[in-house]
Amino acid sequence: MAELTSLKQAVSELIRDGDSLAMEGFTHLIPSAAGHEIVRQHKTDLTLIRMTPDLIYDQLIGMGCARKMVFSWGGNPGVGSLYRFRDAIENGWPRALEIEEHSHAGMANAYVAGASNLPFAVLRGYRGSGLPQVNPRIKFIDCPFTGEKLAAVAAIRPDVAVVHAQKADRRGNVLLWGIVGVQKEAVLAAKRSIVTVEEIVDDLGAPPNAVVLPSWVISAVCAVPGGAYPSYAHGYYGRDNNFYKAWEAISRTRDGFRAWMDRHVIGTGDFAEFRRSLIKA
Amino acid sequence: MAKIDYTADEMMTIAAARLLRDRQVCFVGIGLPSAAANLARLTHAPNIVLIYESGTIGTRPDVLPLSIGDGILADTADTVVSVPEMFHYWLQSGRIDIGFLGAAQVDKYGNINTTVIGDYHQPSVRLPGAGGAPEIATSSRDILIIIRHTPRAFVEKVDFITSVGLLDATTDRRALGIPGNGPAAIITDLGILKPDPKTRELVLSSLHPEVTIDQVKKATGWPLGVVADLPMTEPPNADELRVLRDLNHRSSQSNQKAVA
Repeated sequence: MAELTSLKQAVSELIRDGDSLAMEGFTHLIPSAAGHEIVRQHKTDLTLIRMTPDLIYDQLIGMGCARKMVFSWGGNPGVGSLYRFRDAIENGWPRALEIEEHSHAGMANAYVAGASNLPFAVLRGYRGSGLPQVNPRIKFIDCPFTGEKLAAVAAIRPDVAVVHAQKADRRGNVLLWGIVGVQKEAVLAAKRSIVTVEEIVDDLGAPPNAVVLPSWVISAVCAVPGGAYPSYAHGYYGRDNNFYKAWEAISRTRDGFRAWMDRHVIGTGDFAEFRRSLIKA
Repeated sequence: MAKIDYTADEMMTIAAARLLRDRQVCFVGIGLPSAAANLARLTHAPNIVLIYESGTIGTRPDVLPLSIGDGILADTADTVVSVPEMFHYWLQSGRIDIGFLGAAQVDKYGNINTTVIGDYHQPSVRLPGAGGAPEIATSSRDILIIIRHTPRAFVEKVDFITSVGLLDATTDRRALGIPGNGPAAIITDLGILKPDPKTRELVLSSLHPEVTIDQVKKATGWPLGVVADLPMTEPPNADELRVLRDLNHRSSQSNQKAVA
């Protein structure tokens, strides 16, 4: 059963140095607040897993929390580069970053295999692409029925998954909707999981077939209203496209990035205070 | 009739939109492909089905999304599915007519690089990577690529094949078990390139108005072939330009809105 707890406590108790960590949310419902809390608690040597690393992994990489990243598209969506990711790859700053690189289809499949407790997943993918030559977790196999050559990707089994959702009830059942990405698969593939939510309610009011994560597959549920900012929570607030554009300038230089992180993340106690610090800036 | 002014980018987007047909099912990349696909939907192809890899199927955004998963794509979609479902049931299954992609680099066989400039392990520039493109490029029936025409973008051989085009002069895509036909056209701000049916090399197949063949050759990193009797791209008409400019105007207004 999920424990209803503070984000600070959940990160402290459930994420350990050296863990493999999947923080999912495909453009929507990105667990930004949890990312900040990991930075504040100086977690290190993490293997960061995420289809679209986005700003949260740019921040974790730039703060030196990551040893390795597993991903399938590492840009600032609609804007351009993730400069802290690029600096780590191109110059090894602040430390070298090992990568394991997929396509979206391959990585989504690897999560499905993890959630299904299978060793690998099969797809008609990666044909003609250079990725299988640089990622040993992509192989080709022959279909035992037709002989067709198909790609196999090793399952992703994170130590911890972190996602953001719209609602939880008081027992810790979680409801999410809109663009749901691979959040369900990430939680089910992981050994432990943290879900931050916009609000905790008495009754989820979830219709049949809604995307519900039952309390008993989650370790901790934390109420963090606005916790997906600058991404969005469908039905609650929109994506702050201006912040994504602003990140280009904030993250371009090492000094500028570190000063921003010191002021707005390290220098604040929680996500609410972080949001207030942006208004003052 | 008075001459209509337009930019090279507008010509590119309009030329690309014209290649889409009503009722086609189109898997759309963000940015330039998304602009052209929505222009097609708002002009000659009102029943085109637009699919974005974030899981939105049959979406009809009023404004162009900045990201592949903006809320407006979900709000205006017929249905929203998970990312695994998107790639399994909708793309891999062979339901997509047109895969519409952008690229950082494209080579003379239409192979796409969005991974690295330089060596993979010691890159001079690390690009964002694959996203959905490797499987879009192989599972869609036909591929359109839209990209601005520069010598840096149009190279003889890509540094890394992220998403395969027509591979090379000797290897048939079919021999690799790739179901789709591959690149049908590359639409740029200077013209349209299509693969030569014999050599598979991209050749200049339509020249945009007021562009010279020499200009296109200079912006291409290999000795570019030109089809016989090279046609001139029809310039944008007033209707196409009005709809595109309205769409761009609405989009920039919307993207500047502060979040409450």
